[in-house]
Amino acid sequence: MSKPRSEVKEPRGWKDLPTSALPYRLSTEYLTGGWRALRPVINYEKCVKCMLCWLYCPDFAITWDGEDVHVNYDYCKGCGICAYECPTKAIDMVPEGGEK
Amino acid sequence: MMVPKIPLEKQVKKAVNGDEAVAYAVKQSLVDVVSAYPITPQTIIVEKFSEFVANGEVYTEFVPVESEHSAMSTVVGAAAAGARAFTATASQGLALMWEILHIASSLRLPIVLAVANRALSAPINIHCDHSDAMGMRDAGWVQLFVENTQEAYDTTIQAFRIAEHPEVHLPVAVNLDGFILSHTLEDIRMLPDEEVHKFLGGHRKVAKTYVDYLGKEVEIKLDPQNPISFGPLDLYDYYFEHKIPQVKAMEKAKDVVREIHDEWAELTGRRYGDGVLDPYEVEDADIIITVLGSTSGTVRNVVRQLRKEGVKIGVLRIRMFRPFPFDEVREALKGAKVVGVMDRAVSFGSFGPSYLEINTALYGVKNPPKLVNYVYGLGGRDTPPQLVRKMIDELRKVEEGEEVKKKLRFLGVRE
Repeated sequence: MSKPRSEVKEPRGWKDLPTSALPYRLSTEYLTGGWRALRPVINYEKCVKCMLCWLYCPDFAITWDGEDVHVNYDYCKGCGICAYECPTKAIDMVPEGGEK
Repeated sequence: MMVPKIPLEKQVKKAVNGDEAVAYAVKQSLVDVVSAYPITPQTIIVEKFSEFVANGEVYTEFVPVESEHSAMSTVVGAAAAGARAFTATASQGLALMWEILHIASSLRLPIVLAVANRALSAPINIHCDHSDAMGMRDAGWVQLFVENTQEAYDTTIQAFRIAEHPEVHLPVAVNLDGFILSHTLEDIRMLPDEEVHKFLGGHRKVAKTYVDYLGKEVEIKLDPQNPISFGPLDLYDYYFEHKIPQVKAMEKAKDVVREIHDEWAELTGRRYGDGVLDPYEVEDADIIITVLGSTSGTVRNVVRQLRKEGVKIGVLRIRMFRPFPFDEVREALKGAKVVGVMDRAVSFGSFGPSYLEINTALYGVKNPPKLVNYVYGLGGRDTPPQLVRKMIDELRKVEEGEEVKKKLRFLGVRE
């Protein structure tokens, strides 16, 4: 039923989907950051690298590169739990698309 | 009468009730998983089947659960893992399964479900009507209605083939009238086990589909070697596209039901019309009665008698309700002057469910027959030949030109 990706125009029509309600892409390719209304911005001056934001993020959208924490904006939905939990108030929730 | 490939003397004759007939059919169908919760009048199916399990006569994994919601969920999981899965229920149990019924069909899982049709509460009632089955008519399942115990056996085996057909790949519900069929003893003929195995092609073979991120065709099942996920989130971007293949599979099911019915008929010598519709004396009939399930036997008897009296009358039994065979029904009914549509369920605020379908089937026909809808037999109310005659007397008046003031009529209810 479904054809290899290279032969298919995106977004796909029903004829190019696998049988059953199967996704044809991996969930890692399904970027959900666009759902976000508020964007967490880390203030590295205040960050003490306690990792609580990493621990509490329900979507694994906080990453650690060995030096600092970062937000993966491809998946962060802007729930604000990281900002709420941050003991040094190092994360600001900034409206998306706005100036402030 | 054609000569069956398996001669009658090689078919095992056994006195069973409708539920047992289904249980024997499941026993012979190499089913991997059965999960169920007991409910009258279905109970004997899984009770009998659990005996087969206890006696070591089948290798099936039998999963007793705490509700029908769980029973349907269990067979969904089993079928998604590649198993041939079966469950049975009735009435409130089917109602409790409702949300999972939709998941089973939209995940395209070839589950077979036997429904021993029973009225819905309230007031509580254990006897036959089709209100339970009609509650699942939009759930994306193929729905077959049988007339007798033999057909319950035959149809259950056919159902696995229909469900697993790669172009259908949908769940199938086999409906048998509660008590009237489920608990009534009849002699039936069963094929030897190995013939059923052969008919089914052995154990379930899982259909394949191409999955991009695996770069190949894989079996549609949960398999750690080829990991896929069933039914994760679709928003407005893909949900609609995922529904259309279901529509197409349903359209395809009509032909497949017929093909598999024919194949089984060649083997056994037993035919139920063409597998979709089972007509009797309809070709030249001025009056045709349409009916589902066991009542068609009663109606056919009355019709046979009336034919002797010179009345041009016939019966069209609808064996397959979903997908509804619109074209075939139109062809069968368009020459009639009056059609009496019998429904063993009522849609409150509307007509009986099959009346709506038949009305749609006849829309646009030149000089269409006049239609009258008879709701009968709710909660197991007996529908004897005298009552069928009463209905036909009314229909004959309509044929003679009486205006149809009431399109929706109730047969056998006291005022």
